[in-house]
Amino acid sequence: MENQDVNITIIDRDGVTHKIEAPTDMAMNLMEVVRSYELAPEGTIGVCGGMAMCASCQCYVLSDTELPEMQDDEEAMLSEAFYVKDNSRLGCQIPITPELEGLEIELAPES
Amino acid sequence: MITTDILIIGAGPTGLFTVFEAGLLKLKCHLIDALPQPGGQCSEIYPKKPIYDIPAYPEILAGDLTNKLMEQCKQFEPGFTLGERADTIEKQEDGSFIVTTNKGTKHKAPVVAIAGGLGSFEPRKPLIDNISDYEDKGVEYMIKEPEMYRNKRVVIAGGGDSALDWSIFLSDVASEVTLIHRRNEFRGHLDSVEKVQELKSAGKINLITPAEVVGLEGEGKIESVTVKQEAKVFKKECDHFVPLFGLSPKLGPIANWGLEIEKNAIKVNNALDYQTNIPGIFAIGDVNTYPGKLKLILCGFHEATLMCQAAYQIINPGKRYVLKYTTVAGVDGFDGTRKEAPKAVVKAIE
Repeated sequence: MENQDVNITIIDRDGVTHKIEAPTDMAMNLMEVVRSYELAPEGTIGVCGGMAMCASCQCYVLSDTELPEMQDDEEAMLSEAFYVKDNSRLGCQIPITPELEGLEIELAPES
Repeated sequence: MITTDILIIGAGPTGLFTVFEAGLLKLKCHLIDALPQPGGQCSEIYPKKPIYDIPAYPEILAGDLTNKLMEQCKQFEPGFTLGERADTIEKQEDGSFIVTTNKGTKHKAPVVAIAGGLGSFEPRKPLIDNISDYEDKGVEYMIKEPEMYRNKRVVIAGGGDSALDWSIFLSDVASEVTLIHRRNEFRGHLDSVEKVQELKSAGKINLITPAEVVGLEGEGKIESVTVKQEAKVFKKECDHFVPLFGLSPKLGPIANWGLEIEKNAIKVNNALDYQTNIPGIFAIGDVNTYPGKLKLILCGFHEATLMCQAAYQIINPGKRYVLKYTTVAGVDGFDGTRKEAPKAVVKAIE
């Protein structure tokens, strides 16, 4: 059977690098992957459940991986969030697809 | 001192449904919540979002669910301490607990049910170095008493509904309202955005975008804010600075109550009654954890129901309670109302 996982590198809030495999066939997003691997304490990430309404899953995209275009909700939330950089995205708005192979991200500080 | 049978910490869906289940057992409830209105996350974060997994509601808006729960528990006359955070708990010699809020309000009850969801929602504070020096000296993260701003110069920061709504409201109260937002677009309701635009055109609101407040100045109290607008940096004189950047949940003082905590949640005995390691203190809904826990509203409802049975035994030791169906026993409200199913009419055979 074909491998349906993609390899993603995630730097957690303590600066620790994790190389993980994320499934492309479970309708997960990046925030949910971080939660399922417990790379951030429960209650500090994905607070709104993935509705682009809290920015607790903000991350910095370190690789030049092509990501889905930012929609209005995500852009508006990031305009209010703290610690925002040019490469900021909300993990909950990035579905896990084969195109994410090799993605590298760093979790933004908790705010 | 407020006294009750079950003191519920958290007025989200689980806390509100506890009032109903406790009411069926003739137990009175009082709720404490750090937010100024009931509903928890449903009211505060996503009131206009539909929920699809509430039994019997194929679809219901989170805000409407709160309204329905309030309607359902109204007959049991719950008390509310809103806008205050439960800070300390002390066990009394008689086995009851006294819970004191950050405002000093005291509550006494034999049973405490923590239904705090993700914790108490604290305002998200902007990253300005000396902001804590001006808290309650001109910096407020929530507007509780609008009259405080009468004839004052107010700077509001933020781009969501709260920032828009309060800018509109205070334009009639304050002597000057300045709204500062990091971008030119706002994420609030369209009519609020249009109203702010109108008030700006009428000279009743100063709008500074794209910009942010990067510094605060003043002797003893706030006197001005430093605004960075693209390459330009300038000072704006004011009497109040109100940053409205939403709320973030923190377990808060509950974490220091001696409860067993695991992964930011309170460990409970789910095989029995959702009691914590401290007898008489229960944790229900998203705030608790146990093997197989699911953070779903409907799980919170289930946990609340079982917890009330255990609370009944603590409050009425030795007294037997037999589960009654509302279809059979009806519902006797504490407000004197009674609801019951109409009795079937059996026509006599002549």
